[in-house]
Amino acid sequence: MTPFPTDSIIELTYLIATVLFVMSLKWMSSPTTARHGVWAGELGMLLAIVGTLLNRDIRDYKWVVIALVLGTIIGVPLGKVQMTAVPQRTALSHAFGACCVTLVGTAEFYLRAPAVPKFMMSVLSMEVILGSLTFTGSLMAAGKLQEILPQRPIIFKGQNIVNLGMLLVAIGVAGYLVFHPDHTYLFPVLLAIPLLFGVMMIIPIGGADMPTVISLLNAYAGLSAAAMGFVLDSKLLIVAGALDGASGLILSVNMSKAMNRSFSNVLFGGFGQEQTGAKGAKETRPVRSASPEEAAEILAVASKVVIVPGYGMAVAQAQHKVRELYDNLTKRGIDVKFAIHPVAGRMPGHMNVLLAEADIPYDKLLDMEEINGEFPQTDVALIIGANDVTNPAARTDSSSPIFGMPILDVDKAHTVMVIKRSMAAGFAGIDNPLYYLDKTLMLFGDAKGFVGSIVRELSGGGNHG
Amino acid sequence: MKMDLITSLYVFMLAAIVGLEVIRRVSPLLHTPLMSLTNALDAIAVVGAILLAGEHKSTLSTVLGTIAIVAATSNVVGGFFITDRMLKMFKASRGPKP
Repeated sequence: MTPFPTDSIIELTYLIATVLFVMSLKWMSSPTTARHGVWAGELGMLLAIVGTLLNRDIRDYKWVVIALVLGTIIGVPLGKVQMTAVPQRTALSHAFGACCVTLVGTAEFYLRAPAVPKFMMSVLSMEVILGSLTFTGSLMAAGKLQEILPQRPIIFKGQNIVNLGMLLVAIGVAGYLVFHPDHTYLFPVLLAIPLLFGVMMIIPIGGADMPTVISLLNAYAGLSAAAMGFVLDSKLLIVAGALDGASGLILSVNMSKAMNRSFSNVLFGGFGQEQTGAKGAKETRPVRSASPEEAAEILAVASKVVIVPGYGMAVAQAQHKVRELYDNLTKRGIDVKFAIHPVAGRMPGHMNVLLAEADIPYDKLLDMEEINGEFPQTDVALIIGANDVTNPAARTDSSSPIFGMPILDVDKAHTVMVIKRSMAAGFAGIDNPLYYLDKTLMLFGDAKGFVGSIVRELSGGGNHG
Repeated sequence: MKMDLITSLYVFMLAAIVGLEVIRRVSPLLHTPLMSLTNALDAIAVVGAILLAGEHKSTLSTVLGTIAIVAATSNVVGGFFITDRMLKMFKASRGPKP
């Protein structure tokens, strides 16, 4: 047999994979090139896996192959879920990623103990602490999103102190192990505490905080993978972990800005809490309500309509009806756009995916900064299942719990229509002064049903040319 | 060993900077597919798991490695699959096609 420089070939595949991964994210910058990004990622992944399988240290392929096949069998249905289930699927995949990292970290510890160098032990601790808290935290988040677990935030006195205490104990144990890695009996503690912490971290989280939480768990998952890269001395893994961590970090910062929370508030899981103090004095002022016929008449004579979707649209699965409305209005020559608040829905970009699924062109989906200047020239702002992100109190009322949160300036449109089940307050439990404006029409009903009725009125109302 | 560590830190730092710069430019429109894509890329951890399961150094490491491969592979397959499905849905009104 001729000597074959396998090691160099493996390293080369890793290098190419690294480049492809960076390119993959670069191509994600625009919807026109984004699919190239997926292909680059797939190719990089394939190269890296094949390269690894060439490694001569692998003595037994049996379990590797069985596991690869099993993982594929599990992965395919996870790739086929409904678009409305994407948030929980994402949370679940963060849990899987963290599970992999934690298990590898655990195995590496027991293989190397008792002689683990200090630096190695430090990154190994980081790997398993972040990995295990992300694992249970993501499972909890997925459970809440799938509505297996109660979505209501569960809050008790001293929650933050208990959580912070647990984290400090875990870090303390990690510190002790760095200097005394022979005390292997402490290692299970290093797994158990963060596993519990992950659960505790998500217990106080309500649905509207999910975009921030998912982003944060994404960042943790990335950082734990990067730590694993340090342990295994794999540059490829360090790069992939750093990219994932950077992505999660940027999204977390975006989300916290969009909810007007400080970043430290987000980092220490102080979600949800602030809102519980919401003391929105219940108003009993009259509101104006309208029927589908009236709504259709007003829409038919508009020249510019902005639709503001929120989680309520996703819950009611109304996106396809919204598409029919969009088609009908566009055919009449009306300019229809969609205003997407960064935290609308349950994860970053959630609304865009649902609307894209309903075949609404992406150039009609505008984010908050792009659309806000257009509201004064808008005839009708139609709000479907969104509440707090349209609340003008965030701009004007300094006593409001959401004061300072950037909102969509729907109140500047000529007419505002709000499709809503009832007058119940939104997630934050704050009354929305928007509903009592003279220009506001409340359309009470199920989002899907109501939009459907409007579309029927528009197409059957004797207006066909 | 010491050199390896420093090199790794350099790699991490540079990758983090590149990541922050590249991802800042991703349109908010695509934040959901971005998250599922980075999730799939992150599952490159499968490489470490494959070595662990294949090297067969101890029963524990083989068992943990095998489970880890299953978890990561499902992320690779599911992650790329759903990202591509989502991106296929994003279409422009008219005009220039990709």
